[in-house]
Amino acid sequence: MKRKINSQKVAPYIFVLPFVVLFITFFVYSIGSTIVMSFQSVNIQDVHFVGLENYRMLFSNSDLPDAIRNTLVYTLLTLAMLIPFPMLFAVMLNSKSMRASGFYRGVLFLPLLCSVVVAGLTFRFMFNETNASLVNSVIINLFGGDKIRWLSLQWPAMIVMVTLACWRWTGINIIYFLSGLNSIPVELYEACEIDGANTWQRFRYLTIPMLKPTIIYVLTISIYGGLAMFVESQMLWAGKASPNNIGLTMVGFVYKNGISQGRFGLASATGLILLAVVLSINLVQLKLSGSLGKENH
Amino acid sequence: MLRTHNSIRKPGERRINTVLLILFFTAMAFIMLLPFISIVLTSFKDSSLIIRNGFNLRIDASTFTLENYKYLFTGGDHEYFRWFGNSIFLTVVQTVLTLFISAWVGYGFAFYEFKGKNFIFVCVLIVMMIPFELLMLPMYREIIAMKLTNNYLGIMLPYLAHPIAIFFFRQFLQSIPKEIQDAGRIDGCSEYGIFLRLIMPIMKPAFAAMAIYIGMTSWNNFLWPMLVLTDTKMFTLPIGLSSLLGPYGNNYLLLISGSVISVVPLMILFFSAQKYFIEGMSTGSVKG
Repeated sequence: MKRKINSQKVAPYIFVLPFVVLFITFFVYSIGSTIVMSFQSVNIQDVHFVGLENYRMLFSNSDLPDAIRNTLVYTLLTLAMLIPFPMLFAVMLNSKSMRASGFYRGVLFLPLLCSVVVAGLTFRFMFNETNASLVNSVIINLFGGDKIRWLSLQWPAMIVMVTLACWRWTGINIIYFLSGLNSIPVELYEACEIDGANTWQRFRYLTIPMLKPTIIYVLTISIYGGLAMFVESQMLWAGKASPNNIGLTMVGFVYKNGISQGRFGLASATGLILLAVVLSINLVQLKLSGSLGKENH
Repeated sequence: MLRTHNSIRKPGERRINTVLLILFFTAMAFIMLLPFISIVLTSFKDSSLIIRNGFNLRIDASTFTLENYKYLFTGGDHEYFRWFGNSIFLTVVQTVLTLFISAWVGYGFAFYEFKGKNFIFVCVLIVMMIPFELLMLPMYREIIAMKLTNNYLGIMLPYLAHPIAIFFFRQFLQSIPKEIQDAGRIDGCSEYGIFLRLIMPIMKPAFAAMAIYIGMTSWNNFLWPMLVLTDTKMFTLPIGLSSLLGPYGNNYLLLISGSVISVVPLMILFFSAQKYFIEGMSTGSVKG
């Protein structure tokens, strides 16, 4: 027996066993039970098959359009902010004229050390709806006018959520782009130089195409982060429901129905649709970056 | 010599660029630090001011007080340091176990050829792609069924073989020559002995980078522990702090000073091992 376990044929399976066991127990089972539950009515007393009833209820739920709208707008805005700007900042940090770039990189990284709980709390109070809060007092001093009720109105609330995302993720995205930039051979820039390309042309025709893998990666994790956003809004509104659902996200919808109200069927149907969206985005990403075929070497 | 074009330009122009860049990033660094500055300043103000003013940068000697920290460190009836201890315990245990198990799995992928390897590896990638938030519901029910609520094992179990760590260790180990395995076999090591005695010592830098990544996510983890833990005695810092900001009233006295102190351990770690932090956090992008 002992010899068998120690054989080179059996050993690799023992090595990957922990992953396989946990994968089956938590992921395969979870996905399977989400699928099953999405066709069931699940109560404490009884569980029974209801066909497409959950999906019908889902699409007639009045909260759902708000959740979809908020999640989509949030995701699109974070993409618009968290890809071009970090890329530009990385190029600037990498420029030869820059000094002490390590120091600035460190400072830009700091927000990531903060838990979402502390970050959300801090933003809640920085964007407090009083004249004296940090953001309102700056705006009133610069532009005059009245205080903004950040967490009560739809667009101001969206600005707060996107600002929070920018604060947390700009630094790490810069670091992704810096590591992408460092993998571009210097010779290519020298060749451009000889061909007489100016700074913009170098950026447009050399840097951006060479950064394509990094851009695809950052794009994917940003979509993923945008679609999965929940705790930020939970903290900004201190665990309460936001007025008129202005902070309700898709995962917030799953949480509200599933965990808070015990409507597991409905929540599972929502989760499943989101899961399908996320997985197809990832498959497209893998195809684009060519990772799928590369596992064999 | 990175970008030779600069040498063609006049030195004066370059100096202006340097000044502009430094000015730009200093301004940006200041904006990034504003939330930290405002919460630290507020932690020295009377907590009743928070309701009236939120956070701001006003410094006023007449409102300066150490009351919040006094209450936190010596005062009364709160469980903050219990949560702090829980967080440290959970972070250390989770990091050590996750690193060991993920390295164990990663070694299997990097050093062996076996049937089903590619398929299992695609499963690792799939786990990497699914946001936890989308599976929290069935996993939560599963943990209840396994009677692991209020148990740190319930928090650690689903990601004990962490896909990102497995991926990273596999990548790292692929650059190590396979001869080490043969040498171990000749010396009479078992297959597992090779991993424990020969491979693990070489993995130190990889462990350092991943320890920081796993440790940081574990220290700050919120959603899953919040579902698993129901007893306030078991709470970790993020859960405890968020419970102070409840729908039924807020405990600002403890909340603000407690939040500031909760960031301190990671700050200390960051400034002593910045290189590993940045390496650990950017590992995700090296895939493919």
